[in-house]
Amino acid sequence: MDAHRTPAGTYAKVLGALLTLTVITVLAAGCEFGSWNVIIALGIASIKASLVALFFMHLRQDKPMSAIIFVTGAAMLGVFLMICTVDSNARGENAVRPATRETGAAGLRAVQGSPSPTAERR
Amino acid sequence: MSATAAPPGEFLQHHFTTAEQQADAGKIGMWLFLVTELLLFGGLFVGFAIMQSLHREAFVAAHRHLDRMLGFINTVVLLTSSYTMAMAVHNARTDRRKRVIVYLLLTLICAGIFLGIKYVEYSHKFHEGLLPGRFYSHKGDTVPGQFMFFSFYFMMTGLHGLHILGGMVVMAWVLRRAVRGDFSHSYYTPVDLTGLYWHLVDLIWIYLFPLLYLIK
Repeated sequence: MDAHRTPAGTYAKVLGALLTLTVITVLAAGCEFGSWNVIIALGIASIKASLVALFFMHLRQDKPMSAIIFVTGAAMLGVFLMICTVDSNARGENAVRPATRETGAAGLRAVQGSPSPTAERR
Repeated sequence: MSATAAPPGEFLQHHFTTAEQQADAGKIGMWLFLVTELLLFGGLFVGFAIMQSLHREAFVAAHRHLDRMLGFINTVVLLTSSYTMAMAVHNARTDRRKRVIVYLLLTLICAGIFLGIKYVEYSHKFHEGLLPGRFYSHKGDTVPGQFMFFSFYFMMTGLHGLHILGGMVVMAWVLRRAVRGDFSHSYYTPVDLTGLYWHLVDLIWIYLFPLLYLIK
C-alpha cells in the first residue's frame, strides 16, 4: 500500500523546479536561437514532464508495471510522429504544400474546401 | 468473503484478496487509460507538428495573437494545482483527513482559475474573429493561412479544457467522499487515481504551452 513514501517537502521542491523551468522557457523564447528555439522549448518541457511523472505520479517508486505501460505508450507516440514526419517529407513540395506562400489565397480555398469570397482577405 | 489473512476493509471488493491487490489493479487500469489519453492528444500533436513545419510563417504570425502572459499565468496555476493534488494524495496516505479536504479544495480552485483565464482568452479570440477553419474572420492579416493555427489551438486547448472540467467533476466527488471520511492509509485509491489523471492533464499542458504560445 505504501508504494510511495515521498516526504512532503520533496513535492514543494519539485514545484519550485517546475516553476523555475517555466520562467526559463519563457525567457529562452524571448531570445533568438534560430532553429534551436524549438529544441530548447521542447527539451525543457520534457524535463518538466519527467519531473511530474517521476515525482508527482510516483513512477520513481511505483511497481515497474506503471512505468512499462507509460513508457510504451510514449514510445508508440514517438513512432507515430516519426513515421508521419518521414511520410510528409517524402511527398515533396507540391503534394502537401498547396497553401500559403506559393499559391496564396487560391491554395487556401483549396485547403479549406469552401470557396468563400472573403478568402482573399485572409 | 472468504477467510483471508488481511482483514477485509470496508471498501475491499470480494473479487480481490487483499487491499493492496485491489489498489494495484486500479492503478494499472488507470495507467492504461492515461496511455489512451496520451495517444488521443498525440494525434493532435503530430498533426500540429506537420502543419506547423509546412506553414511556419502562418503559424508564427498567428501565435502572436495569443497573450503570452495569460498562458504563463495559466501554466503556473496548473503546476501549482498539480502540487496541491500531490499533497492531497500524500495526506490521504497518512490519514490526515482535514488536509486532504483543504488540498482538494485548493486544487479545485486552481482548476477554476485556469478555466476562468481560458474563458478570458477565448472570448477575446471570438471577439477578434480568430476562429478555426472557415469561421476565421480576422481582418488585416499580412500572412495568409492563420486559420490553420486556430483550428489546432481551439481543438487542443478545447479538448484539454474539457479534461480539466471532467477532472473537476471527479475531484468534487472525491472531495465529498473525503468529507464523509472514506479514506485512510489502507484505502485512498480514488484520491490516488484522480491525482494521476490530474498530473497527466498538467503534463499535456506542459507541452501545449511552449508549442502554442512560444513557437518561433
